[in-house]
Amino acid sequence: MSKKHNGFDKDRRKFLLTATAVTGAVGISAAGIPFVTSMKPSEKAKAAGASIAVDTSKIEKGSLLTSEWRGQPVWILNRTEYMVKGLSKMEKNLADPQLKVTSQQPKYCQNLTRSIKPDLLVVVGICTHLGCSPTAKLQPKGDMGDDWTGGFFCPCHGSKFDLAGRVYKGSPAPTNLVVPPHKYIDEKTILIGEDQKEETL
Amino acid sequence: MKKNFLIIVIFIFPFFIWNTSHAEDGSFHLDNAKIDLDNQQSLQRGARNFINYCLNCHSANYMRYNRLQDIGLSEDEINKNLLFTADKSGELMNISMDSDEAKKWFGANPPNLTVTARSRGKDWIYTYLRTFYIDESRELGWNNLVYPNAAMPHVLWELQGIQVYENNELSLFKAGVLSEQEYDQFVLDTTNYMVFMAEPAKLVRHKIGYFVLGFLVILLILVINLKREFWKDIK
Amino acid sequence: MKRKTNLMTWVDERLPVSSFIKNHLTQYYAPKNFNFLYFFGALAIVLFALQILTGIFLTMHYKPDALYAFASVEYIMRDVSFGWVIRYMHSTGASLFFVVIYMHMFRAIIYGSYKQPRELLWIFGVLMFLLLMAEAFFGYLLPWGQMSYWGALVIVNLFATVPFIGPDLAEWVRGDYLVSDATLNRFFAFHVIALPLALAGLIFLHLAALHSVGSNNPDGIEIKQTKDKKTGIPLDGIPFHPYYTVKDLIGLTVFLIVFTAIIFFMPEVGGYFLEHNNFVPANPLVTPAHIAPVWYFTPFYSILRAVPPIFNSQFPGVAAMGAAVLILFILPWLDKSKVKSIRYKGTLYKKWLAAFVLSFLILGYLGTVPSNIWGQIPSFIPLLGGLDLATFVARIFTIIYFAFFVLMPFYSKKDKTKPVPKRVTS
Repeated sequence: MSKKHNGFDKDRRKFLLTATAVTGAVGISAAGIPFVTSMKPSEKAKAAGASIAVDTSKIEKGSLLTSEWRGQPVWILNRTEYMVKGLSKMEKNLADPQLKVTSQQPKYCQNLTRSIKPDLLVVVGICTHLGCSPTAKLQPKGDMGDDWTGGFFCPCHGSKFDLAGRVYKGSPAPTNLVVPPHKYIDEKTILIGEDQKEETL
Repeated sequence: MKKNFLIIVIFIFPFFIWNTSHAEDGSFHLDNAKIDLDNQQSLQRGARNFINYCLNCHSANYMRYNRLQDIGLSEDEINKNLLFTADKSGELMNISMDSDEAKKWFGANPPNLTVTARSRGKDWIYTYLRTFYIDESRELGWNNLVYPNAAMPHVLWELQGIQVYENNELSLFKAGVLSEQEYDQFVLDTTNYMVFMAEPAKLVRHKIGYFVLGFLVILLILVINLKREFWKDIK
Repeated sequence: MKRKTNLMTWVDERLPVSSFIKNHLTQYYAPKNFNFLYFFGALAIVLFALQILTGIFLTMHYKPDALYAFASVEYIMRDVSFGWVIRYMHSTGASLFFVVIYMHMFRAIIYGSYKQPRELLWIFGVLMFLLLMAEAFFGYLLPWGQMSYWGALVIVNLFATVPFIGPDLAEWVRGDYLVSDATLNRFFAFHVIALPLALAGLIFLHLAALHSVGSNNPDGIEIKQTKDKKTGIPLDGIPFHPYYTVKDLIGLTVFLIVFTAIIFFMPEVGGYFLEHNNFVPANPLVTPAHIAPVWYFTPFYSILRAVPPIFNSQFPGVAAMGAAVLILFILPWLDKSKVKSIRYKGTLYKKWLAAFVLSFLILGYLGTVPSNIWGQIPSFIPLLGGLDLATFVARIFTIIYFAFFVLMPFYSKKDKTKPVPKRVTS
């Protein structure tokens, strides 16, 4: 019970303080884990956001089917041969024709048509600018002007996308439309929400 | 210090040693269900039993099918073998029976069984499912020792056989598909599963608990030393 | 280092942070002879914070709607990631809050911390105890199980026994002719915002009063009366920080060990923290065979049951239950003893205190069991024949409970006290 303040005492005190502080900090961060993870989507949300199967056999050439996945519109566009051919001529108008922003599509859609099968485009119908849903203007020309070769037009701030969901230069939207993970479970049925396995490519 | 400890024990822990059994209305002696939540085989058999026999009239709709992955079933196995009342494994264990119709047939709505193991206790379920006997006076022809005048018929009679209750004793009147031992195991598995279903977190709770307690003991050693070090100043 | 001082000066010129830390931590002098009973005040604050924190996260997932409430609790228990930890923290925290508060109050009683000059401090404390009971009661309805429902129904019906205005009052509290969705909704509002807010305010007042009069101690000596002549610091006082902060860390860690042991290994505590019947959804048509409040209410519930109806009215029982809590408010003026701490009180007081603690525990136990648990008194005994034995015992201890307070002015005056030393003992 002596009141000594020599160097040894101080060191021990400092050591114990640091050790307790560090251990306490570790404990508090660990205790934070349940709270932080409890805010992630619950099993209920995951079940509601599970993958959906879409039958594509009923989509006519040159038309669009809108289905819902995780509360978002997902477009499935059955492109005609003419539409697919047109895609390669767009490069000079587009902001990111090389698909440099790779987060906008899965690896297996990292190609010219941004799709697994060249004719069928699957894309989330939400503008990458501020989240409006663009309008389909699939036919060339019309009210979009004579240069228009078909694509999507966002009514909110005028972003333009081509028939592969690629954004035009000068649009407010910074990136191409998102291609969601999807795969074919048979010839005509697409499962949206699950990735195509590499070997089946 | 000893005196202090004694005071803590006297004040904080009396309610730990009070009667801890589940509240029952009858005084019928319940058999101890020796379940084992670590036994995945038993849990999986129990899940199958529950889904095949109970989930026709009783729902369990706080439980999702894909939670069965916790007891070692794969999503494919769930989809193939157990998914009778739903399309996707993420769905809840609902039933298709209309509750108004059920009330007409049984006189009461079959209760949701998700958390029954927590309200009734494992021993109750285990004993209840083994003490049905034939009773002509009842509308459905069955009665039960644990839960007299239950509105539930003996769904498992083909497995257990038919019991009669005479002179305060149950005896097998007609043998079932299963032997007595097999039937007891069948009910035990089902009980085991229902305990898991009532609180799926129970499977991980203890494991996390040991970590947390171990950590706190280390912290305790540190803070005791820290306090002693600082209190050296105090005369 | 220099930049740090500059920043501190900048802040201090605008907000008195440094002087606050000085006044309330580093130069707040607490008696140096605190024992483990002094942990419980700090623990109560930690628990309050913890209940608020877990409560916020539960509110993110809970639905205060009679149709969805029960299911949403089960949703938290299984679908929300780690929701079960948060829910068990909240339910265990509620029960342990009462353990801590009862210990804190017991400490105040045995060391005379309610006596002059700490009457107001004590009154704020009793007020918080009342609000805490209300908070727990409102919260208990939210899971919408059978015990939630019938517990709330019985307690609200207590209001109906108030003469004249009773039935209207009960209806007003419920917002319906029975405990219903409307009741659940308003209880939710009280539980998540009204009462926590009031409690936070009272905690502030409680601490402000404490720091103005200074802490009492196990010897019941005012340390401010013996100060160092030069520095003006109480000779028996030590700075709260670091000495009591590091000491409270021990109490906190021991508490956390108990707390987490319950959460991870026995969250129901045999049906005392989470009642078995509350895993059955509320059903207004079926009363559970045995309704008992959660353990922390049972001493008062026992008093309610013990008082027989008078003139066909249940009100006397209700009044007695209320009085059992409200009488605490006037405790500072009931105690006529010259000394504060039990250490210097005589055997007469100690016997009364022991009887009081015993009656509190026995009433608490009796409140958890049906009143016919010990059978009836044989009918050949006059007056009492046929009465439930447990009810009779509860009556005896109810009388002792009240006698402890009502007779205190007499026995505390008569009690032979010991001389109090000038300085604290260690």
